[in-house]
Amino acid sequence: MSGRWALSARTDDAAATRAFAAALAQVVRAGDLVLLVGGLGAGKTVFAQGFGAALGVEGPVTSPTFTLVRQYRCPAAGDVELFVHADLYRLDHLREVGDLALPELLAEGAVALVEWGDAGAPVLGASALEVVIAPGGPEGPDTRTITVSGRGPRWAGRLGQVAAALEGFGPFEPEYTAT
Amino acid sequence: MSDQAPLVLGIETSCDETAAAVVAPGRDVLSSVVASQADVHARFGGVVPELAGRAHLELLVPVIAEALERAGADGHPPVAAVAVTSGPGLMGSLLVGLSHAKALSMAWAVPFVGVNHLEGHLFASLLDHPDLEWPLVVLLVSGGHTMLVLVEGLGRYRLLGQTLDDAAGEAFDKVARFLGLGYPGGPAVDRVAAGGDPTAFAFPRAMAAQGYDFSFSGLKTAVVRAVEREPLASTPDVAASFQEAVVDVLVAKARRAVAATGSRGLCLAGGVAANSLLRARVEAACAEDGVAALVPSRAMCTDNAAMIAAAGQWRLAHGGPSPLDLGADPNLGLALSQATVKQ
Repeated sequence: MSGRWALSARTDDAAATRAFAAALAQVVRAGDLVLLVGGLGAGKTVFAQGFGAALGVEGPVTSPTFTLVRQYRCPAAGDVELFVHADLYRLDHLREVGDLALPELLAEGAVALVEWGDAGAPVLGASALEVVIAPGGPEGPDTRTITVSGRGPRWAGRLGQVAAALEGFGPFEPEYTAT
Repeated sequence: MSDQAPLVLGIETSCDETAAAVVAPGRDVLSSVVASQADVHARFGGVVPELAGRAHLELLVPVIAEALERAGADGHPPVAAVAVTSGPGLMGSLLVGLSHAKALSMAWAVPFVGVNHLEGHLFASLLDHPDLEWPLVVLLVSGGHTMLVLVEGLGRYRLLGQTLDDAAGEAFDKVARFLGLGYPGGPAVDRVAAGGDPTAFAFPRAMAAQGYDFSFSGLKTAVVRAVEREPLASTPDVAASFQEAVVDVLVAKARRAVAATGSRGLCLAGGVAANSLLRARVEAACAEDGVAALVPSRAMCTDNAAMIAAAGQWRLAHGGPSPLDLGADPNLGLALSQATVKQ
């Protein structure tokens, strides 16, 4: 059965958040869905830029808020052919998420990073890696607590792999929840 | 119609305005009708794509009929060509206008041409200032775009810089939503900022001194943090300080681009060009630098179909009509080549 695992880490500034995203990008493969969750100013843009750059995207990874979806070629990222960056911020109905054709893009060899992704989770499939960025803390306003959790069959056996890729941000005390 | 000049019907449905216009040769605007969906989207704090597509469907036929009637285009066919925005924009919204334009083109047996929305914005300033002198720097700022473009002549564009994250208009919308000022965010911030102190908060001016690229994501974050730190801060002060930071960066870079390219003037385009502070600052900076300030009327800054008809008229003359299988492209770029201008 596929449960849910989660691990949390702290980053001290935007550069560290970017590096964290780049490290996480090393474990994704074609067809993976990553949901990015965090309020306005949490650091989703910084995360997306670090993630995209690590996948070999050339040029800036700009906000997808206006067009809802932006696609980038990944010439040097193994089996990942396409980086799909979506934003559900402006969507109001769950059925509109279907119009973005994310499952089709994933099936064609893309990795999708979906901002405000928790809102679309119910229709985006059982398997996803969820990244929640919570800003601030006693250490200062630039600090972020990032929680990465995997759910569904696709992520069930990958905690070790994710923890290894994020080694520099540990140590971790993973949590498990049965579903 | 045969003794009249050939008219072009323009159709624009890329975002939340449903617009149609008729333009005669010489970029003479005979009619320009814009039905805004801002009211529909106001309660959601932003454009809702599904609602946008549906509203375009309902509004487009009457909007076109009104544009033709106001222009006195009652011949058979009423116009000599149909121009329509084919991108960038929201897929569902673009398709409504594009399909309609193709249908009219077939029904009337007249040519059809797809227009890049960004090029349309560049033509908007031509409609208000017919005798432009090249080269020009255009600062194109809207909800979806922020770019500095060197225009060496009609159809000859070079991208000098663009946003690396959020568009300026997007920053206005998100900050307005965060401050509870409503949608659309640009006019709301503009209004509230008028009563605030622009020096109350020292928000960051990202990359103001270097290059022509922009970054507004960090500014948005800084506003959120400032309000969290001082929950009782005056909203007009926050709005004024935020607006001051955006305009400072836009004007500093645009001014530097004009000087570095030896341009004759600076032209504003896009929805954010309707911002009072930006307009005033551009005019003051150009007066000081001895170059022309081309600040279009507010109606020409925001999305409209007259600029699409004007760009379409030029495209038809210089590239001919588009094939009827032309698709909508939500991410369409300006086909710009990177400029090598000294920074």
